[in-house]
Amino acid sequence: MLSRRNPQLNAHGELIHLLSIEGLPREVLVHILDTAGTFLSVNEREVKKVPLLRGKSVFNLFFENSTRTRTTFEIAAKRLSADVINLDIARSSTAKGETLLDTIANLSAMHADMFVVRHGESGAPHLIARHCASHVHVVNAGDGRHAHPTQGLLDMYAIRHYKTDFSQLTVAIVGDIVHSRVARSDIHALTTLGVPEVRVVGPRTLVPADLRAMGVRVCHDMAEGMRDADVIIMLRLQNERMSGAMLPSAAEFAKTFGLTPDKLALARPDAIVMHPGPINRGVEIDSSVADGQASVILPQVTFGIAVRMAVMSIIAGNEA
Amino acid sequence: MRLLVENGRVVDPASGRDERADVAIAAGRIVAIGRAPADFQPERRIDASGCIVMPGLVDLAVRLREPGHEHEGMLQSELRAAAAGGVTSLVCPPDTDPPLDEPGLVEMLKFRARRLSSCRLFPLGALTRGLQGDALTEMAHLSEAGCVGFSQADHPVRDTNLLMRALQYAATFGHTVWLRPQDAWLATGVAASGAVATRLGLSSVPVAAETVALHTIIELVRATGARVHLCRLSSAAGVALVRRAKAEGLPITADVNGQSLHLTDVDIGYFNADMRLSPPLRQQADRDALRRGLADGTIDALVSDHNPVADDAKNLPFAEAEPGASAVELLLSLALKWGQDDGVGLAATLARVTSDPARVLGASLGALAASAGRLVEGGVADVCVFDPQPTWQVSRHTLRSQGKHTPFDFAATGTALPGRVLATVLAGGVSHEDEPVATAWPSGAR
Repeated sequence: MLSRRNPQLNAHGELIHLLSIEGLPREVLVHILDTAGTFLSVNEREVKKVPLLRGKSVFNLFFENSTRTRTTFEIAAKRLSADVINLDIARSSTAKGETLLDTIANLSAMHADMFVVRHGESGAPHLIARHCASHVHVVNAGDGRHAHPTQGLLDMYAIRHYKTDFSQLTVAIVGDIVHSRVARSDIHALTTLGVPEVRVVGPRTLVPADLRAMGVRVCHDMAEGMRDADVIIMLRLQNERMSGAMLPSAAEFAKTFGLTPDKLALARPDAIVMHPGPINRGVEIDSSVADGQASVILPQVTFGIAVRMAVMSIIAGNEA
Repeated sequence: MRLLVENGRVVDPASGRDERADVAIAAGRIVAIGRAPADFQPERRIDASGCIVMPGLVDLAVRLREPGHEHEGMLQSELRAAAAGGVTSLVCPPDTDPPLDEPGLVEMLKFRARRLSSCRLFPLGALTRGLQGDALTEMAHLSEAGCVGFSQADHPVRDTNLLMRALQYAATFGHTVWLRPQDAWLATGVAASGAVATRLGLSSVPVAAETVALHTIIELVRATGARVHLCRLSSAAGVALVRRAKAEGLPITADVNGQSLHLTDVDIGYFNADMRLSPPLRQQADRDALRRGLADGTIDALVSDHNPVADDAKNLPFAEAEPGASAVELLLSLALKWGQDDGVGLAATLARVTSDPARVLGASLGALAASAGRLVEGGVADVCVFDPQPTWQVSRHTLRSQGKHTPFDFAATGTALPGRVLATVLAGGVSHEDEPVATAWPSGAR
């Protein structure tokens, strides 16, 4: 069963790639969050740079378009003093018929030290990690429906920042769970960090019952999902899913599972509202909630830089 | 050539024979089982001491990639792989490129296979032109050219009216229609519905994709009286439906592949594309039901579902990888492992890869029908000799198939397989002989 070892960890149990939150020990997650805390102050300094990745080349490989995530990874790498190369693969080599592994082999030959990968297919970063040179580290920046581990970690950072203790919390994740890599990473992180109740909330088409196997409570009723929640994570509803076999319309989704002030009122008075962005105002979240007291959506973005700095600096320091 | 297979334990599941005996072969036929006639002068002898002598295997599902996909598998490489697995007769689906919808193509394939003398080839003809699902093929012509039945391979017929007409038409001439029970709309995912697919974020195929199609097919069999062979059952619910349909007396047979019999979706692990198979690997309860179904005869045959896939088509993210595995060389070992694990007797185990699949083919085998998948004096001399003792480690490097992808690679599973084919005899000639046990390991060595 040699190949069954968690491919993100080396023989000493140290993180060499970040592919998924699944299977990572609690101490590894806490170490990343603690390290992120030290980087938060760097981001507030006049000179926002530390030399931890000086001389290292970080390649941003985005097989799927994303401006925001790519930018935050770029900022994080630059603040660690790395050289950052952005490749918009969706419009270059694979469009010319080059296979994924050929692209990786070519970039490895350019002496890359780290690949930050976003890909439309679940598992693509695993494939890359399995085939790239042993000194290269891979960070998953979102693969298909599978995982978005840095988003999961920054969500944990935000929750720890506002709520301190994971062991007393009720967290509700609302919306299109079945297609969401953010939801999967959040669920793995929350359960690993000891949150006693994680709820996933949405219609049966978007919230399959199989999710129970991941240790969550499945709610198909918004009021049940919101009741006494400490943290509410709203997911973005993708445009292409707003009408069709999964949902009849965005308006009906807003009515049934959109977060409005009256639904938020069912949660605990000090509940926080999170969202991975970009938000659809008036669909999954009402503007008055997105801009209201409970919202921590913008601080999430700030934490995101520090968390990505932490991940990159930690894995760069560990050898395969 | 006169050949004597001597000192072996002869097991013929169809007749119940299980005894130490010699098998004398001449002019492509078995002359005697037991003691060779006094005047029999063999030109060659195969010493089968400590080995089992059984009928050559009949594999109902070996996908040849020729014509059209020669980079994934040539007729020569795949028929040799079959011979190495003890297989002497195989059925290939019609989804070559172009598909087998014209008698000329079928004749060409049969002619080339005959010249290679590795394995008998029984093609299935396309049920509809170009496998497009909208017009029937010339079944009478195709059957004359050598087709043993008609199939859509993995292309489901969406139009149920056409499916009913196809069954009626095939039944007119007594042809069997081979169908993969798979609803076109529900079977678009890449892994079985369940906790693993949900956790990994893979699109999924619900059990209903199989049961909806089975309900449709069973209802149409009831209406038309056509004989249908169901290819590759994958779910417990599917097995239950087939069991009921058979109890009702409907003319239905079924098979399962070795992958679904031994693996589950948990084996996907960290997106191992060698586990990207069609039908997708399902859960433990499904695997258990398939094993019971094969043991009690609900499922008639165990097939390899051999499908060689090139590296370029497999070394991709899981969902983009081409489904399929090279498996024909492993069929006997997978059957033996199932028999050992579940306490199925040797004769019943071997029946599922010899006489039972031959029974599924029935009269379509023509003159071979009386002796294919059996050891009969006067019958055709298709024989497999194997050593039941050694276990061996499957490795991509030792596969003879041009496709090097197998979910049973020892490096991934950590499980060795029992049984090693030492020699295969096809129509009285030796079609395969094992090299001096290069990859075999004595049991207990690891």
